Amino acid sequence: MKVCGKVHKYGDNVDTDVIIPARYLNTADHKELAAHCMEDIDADFVKNVKEGDIMVACQNFGCGSSREHAPIAIKTSGIACVIASTFARIFYRNAINTALPILECDEAARDIDGGDEVEIDFDTGIITNKTKGHTYKAQPFPDFIKEIIAAGGLLNSLKS
Amino acid sequence: MGMTMTQKILAAHAGLDSVEAGQLIKCKLDMVLGNDVTTPVAINEFEKAGFSKVFDKEKISMVMDHFTPNKDIKSAANAFQCRTFAGKYDIKHYYDVGDMGIEHALLPEKGIVAAGDCVIGADSHTCTYGALGAFSTGVGSTDMCAGMATGEAWFKVPSAIKFNLMGSLGEYVMGKDVILHIIGMIGVDGALYKSMEFSGEGLAALSMDDRLSMANMAIEAGAKNGIFAVDDITRDYMKGRVNREYKVYEADPDAQYDAVYDIDLSAVKPTVSFPHLPENTRAEGDFGDVAIDQVVIGSCTNGRLEDMAMAAKILDGRHIAKGVRCIVIPATQQVYLDCVKLGYAETFIKAGCAVSTPTCGPCLGGHMGILAKGERAVATTNRNFVGRMGHPESEVYLASPAVAAASAVTGRITSPNEIM
Repeated sequence: MKVCGKVHKYGDNVDTDVIIPARYLNTADHKELAAHCMEDIDADFVKNVKEGDIMVACQNFGCGSSREHAPIAIKTSGIACVIASTFARIFYRNAINTALPILECDEAARDIDGGDEVEIDFDTGIITNKTKGHTYKAQPFPDFIKEIIAAGGLLNSLKS
Repeated sequence: MGMTMTQKILAAHAGLDSVEAGQLIKCKLDMVLGNDVTTPVAINEFEKAGFSKVFDKEKISMVMDHFTPNKDIKSAANAFQCRTFAGKYDIKHYYDVGDMGIEHALLPEKGIVAAGDCVIGADSHTCTYGALGAFSTGVGSTDMCAGMATGEAWFKVPSAIKFNLMGSLGEYVMGKDVILHIIGMIGVDGALYKSMEFSGEGLAALSMDDRLSMANMAIEAGAKNGIFAVDDITRDYMKGRVNREYKVYEADPDAQYDAVYDIDLSAVKPTVSFPHLPENTRAEGDFGDVAIDQVVIGSCTNGRLEDMAMAAKILDGRHIAKGVRCIVIPATQQVYLDCVKLGYAETFIKAGCAVSTPTCGPCLGGHMGILAKGERAVATTNRNFVGRMGHPESEVYLASPAVAAASAVTGRITSPNEIM
């Protein structure tokens, strides 16, 4: 599977409070959550994001709360994949469990700029920066996690 | 090869003789926890997946603590959904307004979690129960849902960092100062994916309330869990609370650690995390002149009785500075009742504090003390991210109850040593 989109770029320690502020956690409605995604650090994100875009950030993406509302808000906003140098562990788990594609790749995270057009091949883990003409190789997932993602999330994998 | 405390608990719950860091395993769970924010998402998934029963109605806890007593119609609908589900499946440990407390203060207090347990909770501060010698970690709602249905969860076995504690704390220095000091030292991702294991002769000088607030903030260093070696202080705390057998695990003498830090408790000073990351710590003497608008004393980090006692000691006979709002939130009904009985509640009220029923409320910017644009708060909570307690341009300074109470009196960030 391949995705290709425009990049929205952020820095280190993007926390779950800025991905989806707790003041909006009085709802579990996916569209309502997506309407406030990233608003405290990037008020224009919701306006600018298009279906299939890519989010790129640096160290410790998704640190903080266990709220699954965070990967839900990102996914429902239209983001097709998040690339980061490292992910905070609960966000990493939640993304896999809810089938939000994520990739750990420090080289890509450091080199890619906001607005770059990036293509991701999930089968090979190859990330191609079409704007800069660079390619990067992401860390592959262990087979156990690949199976969860292939099934469409944890609950689907439990059922199958 | 020897195993860490965490690895031993995980191996036992996976039915394996041994495990090693990086191994993917499936563990049996002793407790699955959720709150009024995360449980509705888990219930939606539970129903969507077509599950018709829970694995064990006695091993699930639901605590309505974040937006309760409900602040608006949407949060009331969420609590209603949890209440209905808990009723339908006869969930034993369901706690609502009137008997609830902040989940991570409530579960240890009621003896629902114990040493040697394997616990997941759909709340990042579930790592708190490591103070009891349990493996306990935060997960999301989908994991909670799978846990409720199957009684199992998958884990990648973590490696560990060991903190060898020695010495004892100064008079107005608390467990909170120690954990802020450690996070300042290793950073907010300093223990990413790892266990933080606390042991050493300095343990003897740390009360359970100190340990609970330290294990609570392991997640703020990125850790999977924080865990304390079990000693007589732990056993005394569990006595009369835990009405079942529990198992004490010890790290092997030849356990492997990614790093070992010696922490001299007597050298730790009152410490404050400046905005907007818990790692931005400054010790007493470097606070500068930071005027504040609000103080919050409470939360799953610092809403226990010793926290209240420390705040009361400092506020006794004093008054909150003009222009400062001080909100005190005992973390459970029992702590609240003890505050009334011991006279702390009267001390707080005479000092000009608002005293609230238990709630997570202001810690996450939910309700009960939201900050306006440009306002600053000193809080005994656990996160000071952008917008955490209100407006994105407000600021949160994390501190111990001693520093928070002293700051409430002066109206600026203040070490208790300055006024006591």
